[in-house]
Amino acid sequence: MNIYRVGWLAKLLALITMGFLMLPLAAVIPVSFTGKRYLSMPEGDWSLRHYITLFHSSEWIGSIMNSAIVAISAALLATLLSTAFVIAVWYRNNKWTRWLIGLCMLPLIVPPVVSAMVLYFMTTNVSRIAPGLGYDSLPGVILAHTLLIVPFGVINMLVAISRVDRRIELAARNLGAGLWQTTWMVLLPNLRLSMLTTFLLCFILSWEEIAVTLFITSWEVITLPRQIWSGLRDNVDPVVGAISTLLIILTLTLLFLRMAIQGWRAAQRH
Amino acid sequence: MITRLPERWQYRLLLWPLPILLLLCYVIPFAGIVTWSVTLPELGVDNYARLANDPSIHAVLWRTLHLCAIVGVCALLLAFLMAYCWLYSSSRWQRWVELCIFLPFFISVLVRTFGWLVALRNNGLVNSWLQDLGLIDSPLALTRNTLGVIIAMVHFMVPFAFFPLLSSMRQIDDRVLLAARGLGASRLRVFISVFLPQTLPGLLGAFIMVFVFCLGFFIIPAILGGGSTLMAAEYVFLQMFQTYNWGIGAALCVLMLVLVSGLVWLLMRFSRVERLVG
Repeated sequence: MNIYRVGWLAKLLALITMGFLMLPLAAVIPVSFTGKRYLSMPEGDWSLRHYITLFHSSEWIGSIMNSAIVAISAALLATLLSTAFVIAVWYRNNKWTRWLIGLCMLPLIVPPVVSAMVLYFMTTNVSRIAPGLGYDSLPGVILAHTLLIVPFGVINMLVAISRVDRRIELAARNLGAGLWQTTWMVLLPNLRLSMLTTFLLCFILSWEEIAVTLFITSWEVITLPRQIWSGLRDNVDPVVGAISTLLIILTLTLLFLRMAIQGWRAAQRH
Repeated sequence: MITRLPERWQYRLLLWPLPILLLLCYVIPFAGIVTWSVTLPELGVDNYARLANDPSIHAVLWRTLHLCAIVGVCALLLAFLMAYCWLYSSSRWQRWVELCIFLPFFISVLVRTFGWLVALRNNGLVNSWLQDLGLIDSPLALTRNTLGVIIAMVHFMVPFAFFPLLSSMRQIDDRVLLAARGLGASRLRVFISVFLPQTLPGLLGAFIMVFVFCLGFFIIPAILGGGSTLMAAEYVFLQMFQTYNWGIGAALCVLMLVLVSGLVWLLMRFSRVERLVG
């Protein structure tokens, strides 16, 4: 790996870039501990008042609950749908299934604002038949998020299943297992951990989704990003600093969890 | 119960749920958007005529393309640097580079935008550092203008450019670089004449990817631009929810999708997509 080395200038520039990448995250944390009512750097007056406001506000807590429900359901749906699809593609890959994979990638390629329009159209039309399932409802948001994050699920599962040894299918089939048995008893046990990492990835993506959520909700279903958005739009609410700090910590934890799972899996394989 | 089904049906049960859901809830509604663009407010191609003739829309479109190009180039430069350092450094360096790429990548765009708002304000981190260092007398205007939007968007796009660049750099054979050194080329010469040309397909692919992602962006411009940098996506948002001019919003969406399809087609032509993700 190290036969060719990087010069000191490139290293210096890379260090500056790393500082640039971390700067906005580092800037958030001190601001959340300010003792003042408005957005400011704490000058000796460190306090937890914005965290206390956050946990006593029914709007913020409600939005966190909504986001949790949406993200867990959407990630679960996306993981199950993409796993089933990817397994089918793995069994038989041909020209048609490649077209279907392309179809599944659409929400990733299409600009978010176009997706937002499309899903606005979809949810408002569902609302005409069933108002509780479409625009500005939890099921509507869950469905929209599922569609948006499913490409990431498919990519992650495709990568995972490409590592599975094809001979295990042959072995199972030779021993008389049907398609269903092969899937349940042979393939899925091999994919359990990948499904978990897919779920985590999908969870993060849905938890953070804002562009589409802005289009398909108005005031019934306020997710956390939507609440942050309103806190940023006009006068910047310093509570945003507190929730941002908590989100950074949560993301770091999930990231380490994901790395730990991958490390454990790598260790298992050896 | 399912095991009693013929195997053909078991297979279909695995394969079809996702594509059917996408067809029903994504592809067909898109046809609805196309219908909106030619029927609202009245039947005809008035909306497209407006897209072609209205100077204010042209200004928005040009600004969008221009900003996306600047952001693309800057993000590419930074990502190139990071990928290059990742590839040819010790594993300790690699872990730091990875952390700096992954952590921002997984943090919500809203948190990052808020971070930039805090860092770039008149009395924010960057301005107070520059003042303490004596580089400037009065704070620079870094938010509520185009510069702030560019900084935050570049920050957002670096990880997206990093992965395709890294995977194209990994395919370069180290021995070729060594051979060039052995034949007497200077380090700079090796970099420019041997390393750089081999990364060109990756650079082009990453640029198109970043450009495509930038096109549909409206969170960062809406918060950091302060109304001064209206981009296409925010324009659509305003047409939908403030002026209720759905027809023109839909037409703009169709135009964006056509543009993106063209770019994706280019991407497929010039570089193998599998290589960019893999």
